Amino acid sequence: MSDAKGLKSWLTTTDHKRIGLLYFWTALGFFLIGGIEALFIRVQLAQPNGHLVSAETFNQLFTMHGTTMIFLALMPLSSAFFNYIIPLQIGARDVAFPRLNAFSYWVFLLGGLLLNASWLVGPLFHAGMLNVAPDGGWFGYANLTERQFSPGPNIDFWQLGLQTLGISSLAAGFNFIVTILNLRAPGMTMMRLPVFTWMTLVTQFIIITAFPVITVALVFLMFDRLFGTHFYLTSAGGTPILWQHLFWLFGHPEVYILILPAMGVVSEVLPTFARKPLFGYPVVVYSGILIGLMGWGVWSHHMFSVGLGPIADSAFAATSMLIAIPTGVKIFNWVGTLWGGDIRGTTALHFAVGFVAMFTIGGLSGVSHASPPADLQQTDTYYVVAHFHYVLFGGTVLGLFAGIYYWWPKMTGRLLSEPLGKWHFWLQFLGMNLAFFPMHFIGLLGMPRRVYTYSPELGVGGLNLASTVGAFLIALSILVFLFNVWRSARHGQAAPNDPWGGATLEWSIPSPPPAYNFSVIPTVTSRLPRWKTEHHEAMRDPPATPPAPIHMPGGSWWPLVAACGLPVMALSVLTHALWLVFVGAAILIFGIYRWAFEPFEV
Amino acid sequence: MRIVVAVPRLRLWLATAALAVSGCGGPFPQSTLQPRSDFARATDVLFTDIFWWAAGVFLVVETLLVVALIRFRHREGRATPKPTHGHTLMEIAWTLAPAAILVFVAVPTVRTIFATSGEAPADALKVDVIGHQWWWEFRYPELGLVTANELHVPLGRAVQLSITSADVIHAFWAPPLGGKRDAIPGHVNRIAFRATDEGDYSGQCAEFCGASHANMRLRVVVDSDSGFGRWATVQLAGPAAPAPGTVAERGKAIYARSACIGCHTIQGVSPGVIGPNLTHVGSRTTLASGLFPNDSAHMASWIADAPALKPGSLMMRMKPPLSDADIAALVAYLESLK
Amino acid sequence: MTHAAVTHHTSMGLDNRKMAFWAFIGSECLLFTSLISTYLVYKGKSVVGPYPHDILNIPFTSVSTFDLLMSSLMMVLALAAVQRGDMKWGKIWLFSTALLGLVFLGGQVLEFSEFVHKGLTISTNLFGCTFFVLTGTHGAHVAVGVLWLLTLWVRALQGKLGPANAMTVEITGLYWHFVDVVWIVIFTVVYLIQ
Repeated sequence: MSDAKGLKSWLTTTDHKRIGLLYFWTALGFFLIGGIEALFIRVQLAQPNGHLVSAETFNQLFTMHGTTMIFLALMPLSSAFFNYIIPLQIGARDVAFPRLNAFSYWVFLLGGLLLNASWLVGPLFHAGMLNVAPDGGWFGYANLTERQFSPGPNIDFWQLGLQTLGISSLAAGFNFIVTILNLRAPGMTMMRLPVFTWMTLVTQFIIITAFPVITVALVFLMFDRLFGTHFYLTSAGGTPILWQHLFWLFGHPEVYILILPAMGVVSEVLPTFARKPLFGYPVVVYSGILIGLMGWGVWSHHMFSVGLGPIADSAFAATSMLIAIPTGVKIFNWVGTLWGGDIRGTTALHFAVGFVAMFTIGGLSGVSHASPPADLQQTDTYYVVAHFHYVLFGGTVLGLFAGIYYWWPKMTGRLLSEPLGKWHFWLQFLGMNLAFFPMHFIGLLGMPRRVYTYSPELGVGGLNLASTVGAFLIALSILVFLFNVWRSARHGQAAPNDPWGGATLEWSIPSPPPAYNFSVIPTVTSRLPRWKTEHHEAMRDPPATPPAPIHMPGGSWWPLVAACGLPVMALSVLTHALWLVFVGAAILIFGIYRWAFEPFEV
Repeated sequence: MRIVVAVPRLRLWLATAALAVSGCGGPFPQSTLQPRSDFARATDVLFTDIFWWAAGVFLVVETLLVVALIRFRHREGRATPKPTHGHTLMEIAWTLAPAAILVFVAVPTVRTIFATSGEAPADALKVDVIGHQWWWEFRYPELGLVTANELHVPLGRAVQLSITSADVIHAFWAPPLGGKRDAIPGHVNRIAFRATDEGDYSGQCAEFCGASHANMRLRVVVDSDSGFGRWATVQLAGPAAPAPGTVAERGKAIYARSACIGCHTIQGVSPGVIGPNLTHVGSRTTLASGLFPNDSAHMASWIADAPALKPGSLMMRMKPPLSDADIAALVAYLESLK
Repeated sequence: MTHAAVTHHTSMGLDNRKMAFWAFIGSECLLFTSLISTYLVYKGKSVVGPYPHDILNIPFTSVSTFDLLMSSLMMVLALAAVQRGDMKWGKIWLFSTALLGLVFLGGQVLEFSEFVHKGLTISTNLFGCTFFVLTGTHGAHVAVGVLWLLTLWVRALQGKLGPANAMTVEITGLYWHFVDVVWIVIFTVVYLIQ
């Protein structure tokens, strides 16, 4: 990483490694915020007729918890790894468009701040604090979100925040597609790409095709709320179901955006610690691609209670069951990787195995959702909350923690404590099962979701209490993790280039890597360059110093400047001051022009 | 270490599975696992089928995982493992096996979809269900009956609910009687069922609909055929006239001159349609869409300050507020409307 | 636009910016598909008028469509000129493309004011909201394109555009042709098929 220090070097950075770290710390911050929101929810629901928070506050809490975790924590945490690791895995010096990369980060930060500002700025809207945060659910169904039923600025914060974040994701999508396709080291054919890189590539294609759809849905909502259009209103012949179709056309591919990178991580971690290649690499890659494609054909399985008719319901049931096949097959590939291996139980391995075990459960409850008649008892209840927390927490979060423990030495140059890591894992594993497993039963016993309280008659008080205890166990585990992080920064053992015996290119260079990554770009002759296999010798790592000085591009202010134009434009909607749109657009265009004409060698 | 872990995990699963599947530790009035209609039974059968396949897959996968972790854990001096890259036959097998299992899930699924698509014979009892923020309106078009929050249906007879909404999207859900359907403005969704057991069942709105979504509950009462007939006759009759000189009569006078009349219908007394029909409110077992038992104390608190009990409720406090005596009179009147 | 004249070696042999741009166009296809699909889903469902047949002026819009098609031709000619180093004609064709784009936008403005005058605003009915959002989004894309073309034209006037950085003109051309093709689809779906 570049040696420059100071705030300016961070604000103007275009180095993928720094940007990766920025994403990581910011995402972690938002993860903590989303987690605190969850704890409030769980304390409220620990007993029937709870009254920790009002109904209105609770509705904001679950909306912000979902929105924060999905868009501000999990996706950016994955982005942290896309940024830091992908160029290293493909043997590149940086991504294809370093300034666009910085722009993506700043837009993400600003979007996240805009969304969360809503918690604090109630007084500016003649309301109390904790009154104007988004409160329509993370999925914002029309027509509840229309001006008539949501008159305050809450939903405006939500749709503006999401549109901003969409721009960040789209920009990053274009960047990584070009990076992965075009910047590979000599000899690195597509079928020699590390699986994490492959899954990232599929994820980026999903992002650039799915985000435009939600952008359109949000623009329609914005126009309904601001300019009196009728996209989702029945009074003029429209229907609120249009929102659901557009949202879930985005929303289902979005869940694959959330899971595929974590699957990629697991596909790296298991082979490394089993000392065995991934079982069935081609199938794992093809099933990832298939999932990306088939993910477009299942969206209405989120709408089985809408009454689309038996033919549509049957068709989506069939496609949803079909997609279980490429998803499930990967599980067997991972077990097959461990089988016959020599498994070292590092913390990263624990998390990767935890992913496999927990994602299996989440996937199986998903299959029950794929059957519309069964789903009609499960949808909108705590059963589905159980399902998606198993796949998103048990899946994505555990998978990303596997990535954190795996790549931490590479990114920071220090090792995390393994004993603390194991404590973190077990507390989190036990905590998540205690938090989310009872929810299957809570749902089947008749408690709907998105409810700020429930009747004692339902008989689910005990299970809810257990779930709350589990949530606090998770919180404790995160504290252990944070302690581990702090301790590593203070007293952590220095990490060698390759603490784990990894097979892929990132382990061939120092921890952390120098600004130019590779002193000499390696030529790759196999899928596992650093391992000796039956067909070839292990590669020689690049020399410690480059044969000739390598010039890396400097920083730039313009991505940050351009990014600032977007929240200014958003403010025009929140303040009803139209002229702000032009000011914001002017800042954006000014930033883009200076960026475009700035001398910047890549 | 890993076996020790596996056991608590299995224990957790088994214990809670037993709890729910046997339905013990009840009663669970809103349980989806105790079907009381043909519709609910059909979905329960399907879910049970899927559950056992899922349990089987779970057992196989987790067992393989645990065995692999134990058997192949690192031991000193172990040689580098054989680098197996794949095994085509096995991969085909474990792709086809899940596909086959899914067929066993898909076929009954499609059959059940069509069997439970809301079609009903022509002589079914028809009820229009209209969701409001945050209460349920029930209209029996062929009987000319209008009521709220408490749905009565006869045992064993086909019933068809036509569900819609007057404002935002809600969902009608009475789990013992079947799955949920969304109540969408501008659309009508249909559920059809035959109840199989008499009883008093709970349900609630199952689509987030704003501040008091959690409070939008409902009751379904399954009567014998004759019981239902008696209930309908009473509901169709006009409201009880309070005896002269009673507190209830004073209550009726207060009602007739208060803002209540703008929102509520009491047949022959007031025509409001924004809130529930109160003509026979005294006959209902709960108040405020299933939130409280229907007794004087709760009725009084509700009238005094509905939004405090049901956030966002459109039933504002009266301005100026009613005196306690006035509220007591109103309560006496409304409780007399059986 | 300012990158070195030397094209870097890339794994797939395609310039990075060009590849990024094709990905962007793929994404934009989804954007316009969502807008056009919504238009189609709500077609014929307006509860009050004015309705399309009351108000759409096919002859007028055919002229603007022709204008946009011609601008694509100008774009092709501009690229060819820049690639062969003929900057005199490069500047002329670039400016002409932008000019025709402006004419198209002018036509849109005229058309929209006519509609508002006849009682069709964005909030009148479903036709109004789907039509104006769809064509407005397209118009915004044309406006960005015009700005882009004029920027290139100014760079050319400054002597900073030439065959060495013809790639930027090529990418501008890709964008412009895409915007044109989207218009053809909109014209067909909205105006011609009623």
